[in-house]
Amino acid sequence: MRIGSRVRLLAGVLTLGLAVTACGGARVADGTNSTAQPSPGGASAPAAAGTVRLAVNPWVGYEASAAVVAHLLKDKLGYTVELKELKEQVSWEGFETGEVDVIIENWGHDDLKKKFIEEKKVAVEAGSTGNKGVIGWYVPQWMVDKYPGITDYRNLNKYAELFKTSESGGKGQLLFGDPSYVSNEEAIIKNLKLNYKVVTGGSEAALIQSATQAQEQQKALLFYFWDPHWLFSRTKLARVNLPPYTEGCDTDPKKVACDYAELDLDKIVSKRFADSGGKAYQLVKNFTWTNEDQNAVANDITNNGMSAEDAAKKWIDANPAKWQAWLPA
Amino acid sequence: MTAQATVSPAVPPAPPPAVRRRPRERLPRFVLPVVGVAVAAGLYLVFRGTATLPHDDGAAPFLFLNDVRDWVDDNRNENPLFLYLINYLRLGIGGLFDAVSAGLHALPWPALIALTAAAGWLAGGRRVALVAGLGFASFGVLGVFAASVDTLALTLTAVLLSLLVGLPLGVWAGRSRRVRRLITPALDVMQIMPTFAYLGPMVLFFQIGPASATVATMIYSIPPAIRITALAVEQVSPTAIEASVSLGATRWQTLRKVHLPMARRTITLAVNQTIMMALSMVVIAALIAAPGLGSDIIRGLSRANVGVMLPAGLAIVFMGIALDRLVMATAAPRSPRRSRYGAAGVLAAAGIGLSFVLPAEYPESWEWRIGPPVDDAVRWMQSAWYDVTEAIKNIATEGLLNPLQNLLTSSPWWLVALAVLVLAWRVSGAVPAFTALGCLLAVALLGLWEHSMETLTTVLVAVVLTLLAGLALGVAAARHPRYAALQRPLLDAAQTMPAFIYLLPALALFGTTRFTAVFASVVYAVPPVVRLVEDGIKGVPQTVVEAALSSGSTTRQLLWKVQFPMARRAILLAANQGIVMTLAMVVVGGLVGAGGLGFDVVSGFSQSSDFGMGFAAGAATVLLGIMLDRITQGAERRPSPQQQKMRIA
Amino acid sequence: MLEETVEAARQVPDPAARPSGSTAIDVRGLWKIFGPRADRVLNGPDIHLDPNALLEKTGCTAAVRDVTFEVRAGEMFVVMGLSGSGKSTLVRCLTRLIEPTAGKIHIAGEDVCSASPAALRELRRHRVSMVFQHFGLLPHRRVVDNVAYGLEIQRVPKAERHRRAEEILSLVGLAGHAQSYPDQLSGGMQQRVGLARALAVDPQVMLFDEPFSALDPLIRRDMQAEVVRLHRDVGKTMVFITHDLSEALKLGQRIAIMRDGAVVQLGTPEELVAAPADDYVADFVRDVAKSEVLSLRWICRTPAENEHLDGPVMNAETIIKDAVPAVLGSARPIRVVEGGSLVGVVDRLDILAAMAARPERPRPGSRSRS
Repeated sequence: MRIGSRVRLLAGVLTLGLAVTACGGARVADGTNSTAQPSPGGASAPAAAGTVRLAVNPWVGYEASAAVVAHLLKDKLGYTVELKELKEQVSWEGFETGEVDVIIENWGHDDLKKKFIEEKKVAVEAGSTGNKGVIGWYVPQWMVDKYPGITDYRNLNKYAELFKTSESGGKGQLLFGDPSYVSNEEAIIKNLKLNYKVVTGGSEAALIQSATQAQEQQKALLFYFWDPHWLFSRTKLARVNLPPYTEGCDTDPKKVACDYAELDLDKIVSKRFADSGGKAYQLVKNFTWTNEDQNAVANDITNNGMSAEDAAKKWIDANPAKWQAWLPA
Repeated sequence: MTAQATVSPAVPPAPPPAVRRRPRERLPRFVLPVVGVAVAAGLYLVFRGTATLPHDDGAAPFLFLNDVRDWVDDNRNENPLFLYLINYLRLGIGGLFDAVSAGLHALPWPALIALTAAAGWLAGGRRVALVAGLGFASFGVLGVFAASVDTLALTLTAVLLSLLVGLPLGVWAGRSRRVRRLITPALDVMQIMPTFAYLGPMVLFFQIGPASATVATMIYSIPPAIRITALAVEQVSPTAIEASVSLGATRWQTLRKVHLPMARRTITLAVNQTIMMALSMVVIAALIAAPGLGSDIIRGLSRANVGVMLPAGLAIVFMGIALDRLVMATAAPRSPRRSRYGAAGVLAAAGIGLSFVLPAEYPESWEWRIGPPVDDAVRWMQSAWYDVTEAIKNIATEGLLNPLQNLLTSSPWWLVALAVLVLAWRVSGAVPAFTALGCLLAVALLGLWEHSMETLTTVLVAVVLTLLAGLALGVAAARHPRYAALQRPLLDAAQTMPAFIYLLPALALFGTTRFTAVFASVVYAVPPVVRLVEDGIKGVPQTVVEAALSSGSTTRQLLWKVQFPMARRAILLAANQGIVMTLAMVVVGGLVGAGGLGFDVVSGFSQSSDFGMGFAAGAATVLLGIMLDRITQGAERRPSPQQQKMRIA
Repeated sequence: MLEETVEAARQVPDPAARPSGSTAIDVRGLWKIFGPRADRVLNGPDIHLDPNALLEKTGCTAAVRDVTFEVRAGEMFVVMGLSGSGKSTLVRCLTRLIEPTAGKIHIAGEDVCSASPAALRELRRHRVSMVFQHFGLLPHRRVVDNVAYGLEIQRVPKAERHRRAEEILSLVGLAGHAQSYPDQLSGGMQQRVGLARALAVDPQVMLFDEPFSALDPLIRRDMQAEVVRLHRDVGKTMVFITHDLSEALKLGQRIAIMRDGAVVQLGTPEELVAAPADDYVADFVRDVAKSEVLSLRWICRTPAENEHLDGPVMNAETIIKDAVPAVLGSARPIRVVEGGSLVGVVDRLDILAAMAARPERPRPGSRSRS
């Protein structure tokens, strides 16, 4: 009897599913019948204004931007905000499935832009965040003082021995962050014939911790890092000069042999959000601040024991002029 | 058993020296393995560095899989398979999740807690009510109420669907040997498959989101549902069934009135197992945008921040304990339910009443923020124990991981394959040996040889450590009942926890390195190993132990000459279990710097250009799992429905 | 004392207990072969191999080999054999709990082998019921619901089936235990529940598959007496499987002895003991106290020339042991008569010789052979 009712239930659910979606087959994200409706998916107190799904990528600068925007959306515009802890790539896929409305800080990703904006037409650009972003290789300052010329990539092989660790298999170690980060490291090492191995620390935190220790305890470290970041105000780091970026030198990911370009970080939103996001979309579109603003909030989150929400609130309280300009008229 | 060492009777005085008693003396048992190792070592020294298969991010299989992904992406809305099946599944499952989630979220928090407690009271009385109620209340105290409800909704959805599919299949398999034989290999593979491995395919077919997470969770949680149900149905006393049939019951009547009621307790166990598996999987599914607590854990992992993870981790553990007690209480035979309706009703009513009085959202002032103090503690621990943890890490890495990894990656592939073949043949026989070999070669063809060798290294080291620890603790528990009594609840708790939780202390102590994964795997796999070893040694018949003691054995002799040999099957089974669990954990360890295949899988979700590699790495972990399982399966299959002998007489 | 009731019951020599008229069960040429391609083995030459050779060559086991017998209505028919002799398979073939490989079975005139599933169910529901060695009770049901199970299957309304179950429970001496669960009862009581369950559907035929072999000897004797009493009271046809010779002798009106799947001898207890068909049976019954089984018919002799034929008269059916006091008490030989005519005489020497022919007294419940 129990089994029987279960089978019937299953049949019922399936039939229902078929009936609901008519007979044209089910399309993903065709706007009308996917689960991606901007409806209060399961929130207890449905906010009148609707729900915004904001992707959160795994670095604290992003988290700072997201926290500020989320706080304004909730507090000033009355939206419900779902913060989704997702990696960059997955966030983009979220535009298609309806899991994600907004990526608040996008680092380049020309391939993804081509696929989701141009081809699939499920996302659109929503302007610059005002942050300038640049990725690079760094060493702690003390190494520059002790080993002259270490910031020139041509000398790296000479110093490879210094960077050897138990994880790097006899070569010098280049410490990398979260596996989802934008990365040309393997190609650069190969194409510049560097005797180094990329070792993935797994997170921004691992990079920060290693960098801090390296400077404080005078340990050798070569690592992947980026600006804007609060760390620069606390620890002295020096950037390694790779062959300078030229237009198009990073087009073929296998042949990259140059440094990263300075990126104008931008915001990406789903097509649906752009079309029907109303005031929320306006706010996201208008959002723009400086690297210092972001670093301040990120610093509070990481070093001053604040939650992202509290840090955002602190910045908002201190900078009313800035955010008031973002609010839709 | 062991005393077969041929004690020859006193040799007659002065045997004719010219005539050897036997022309071909049997070689001592250690000679063959030693020769084998020597040959392998020789071959290694000669061919070292040749025929290695170094890793290439652009290997052909990866690119092919990328193309497949692109094709699926382009045809998702045209291809009939997607249009009429997969997309509907996605919608249906997504819809079910939305419904469950909306239903749970619609309950005010005091009502949810009270209803759970009431259910506990109904099922098992005051104690269960207390555990269930406190468990759910802890979500609020930990400050993760909403996320917990999401996780609960996802778990319930996945469990519901798993049972919907698993129970009927299990019943069917329990009654038909043919069905059982058909699905057993599939279940084997599903159980060996590290959880990470099928996230890639999920994303490909179902994209990210709750639907996809639910399906991934189902794959993980269905096998125990089917297996244990089948076992339960199969174990129903054949006489009872015969009695029913002999009275003219139809198949359906016998199923309903005999099989199901008699298998109820074990089926409850199946439900329980399914819930536990689902709970641990919904956390991992956060990687493909499953809502809920997993998100916090991933965030904590990616920020190396224990304070962020711990509340979520604790909430999951408490949820697991609450659900476990709740479900198991319903299995108790013939509980006096009726008398409990009153109390349960009062409890539920009180909760619903309270929800009108209390704020709609769990008040922040009632939360207990454990994040900051925990972070402080972790920071203190990291600096205070730095030398110790660093030393342990370095010794293990330099002493075990690196040499072994060097050995494996610099050996010619054919030498490794040969070694695997010979080893598997000796331990398990020809068929498993060739299966293992096939898996290994397939891994090579996938273009993941080097990374597989890295993962294999980590697994081997972790397994050795696990077995050492497991044997020691298991023996101790078998010998000292008082210690066993102390250890048992710990083991119970450990086995309720989802795999991810184990990354937490490992990460806090060792940062992100390969050793972190080793440490987490050992902690994860030790409890079941301890239990199997303990049970195996305790399972040695008392009379045999008495016989050994009465002939004057020391405890040491007893252990080595009687208990270990007689518990051999249990110990080998423990090894097999340990290997499968370790592999699963090492792969998850890709998130905390374990490298190898696990990292490739993580990369696969993270970088669009690595999708193919991640997908292939998922497949490779499965192959590696099957290979290791086959090598050790000579021991015994994991608890699978036993063949019943035909009864003649 | 128990012995006596048993004796008494079995001895009832009236025609009612030995109806020759109607046949309740008729089995002809029954085969059951376990293993691959049983049909081919059955029709091939290998079928005459001995069991081990057969198993080795074909992978098959012939559990029942060409068995033919009939059971008369109201008869207590015992099938006895050692474990592995095929007796349990045989009894399961009767209602096709195990599908026979070949042969014909008729129960009350109905062809069981060709019965449709529905007809077979009807047969099992109303005409034949079975009592099992390990009871086969449902632990999740109260005793009363266990007993009513067969009726429940037939969709008898609850009130009625409970009434009937209570009735049967008092018949088997379990009144007052209706609300217990099986695991709260002793083994003997559990088997009474099994018995009640089989009786509740009011079958014409009851099959017993070693019902008492899992019980303690004392309880076993009680239960045997119980079955004898039931047999007398309710007059069902019963087929009783056992591996215990003394049980077979106590209960059976006729006994079939099985070995390796075949029936080696079929006869009354007296016939088996007095005239074993082969060495196997002879070996079996060697330890039986003949004086307790055989009747005077088997030891009486034609009177000698000068013997006095004026001693007391006794029926030829009288068991030797029971005749001892009379024979010893009489100075003259006893005249043994059957149907009014003299069949022979028995004197003190004869009876002492018969008594002395038993090497040891079999303990109740002991196996005759190990």
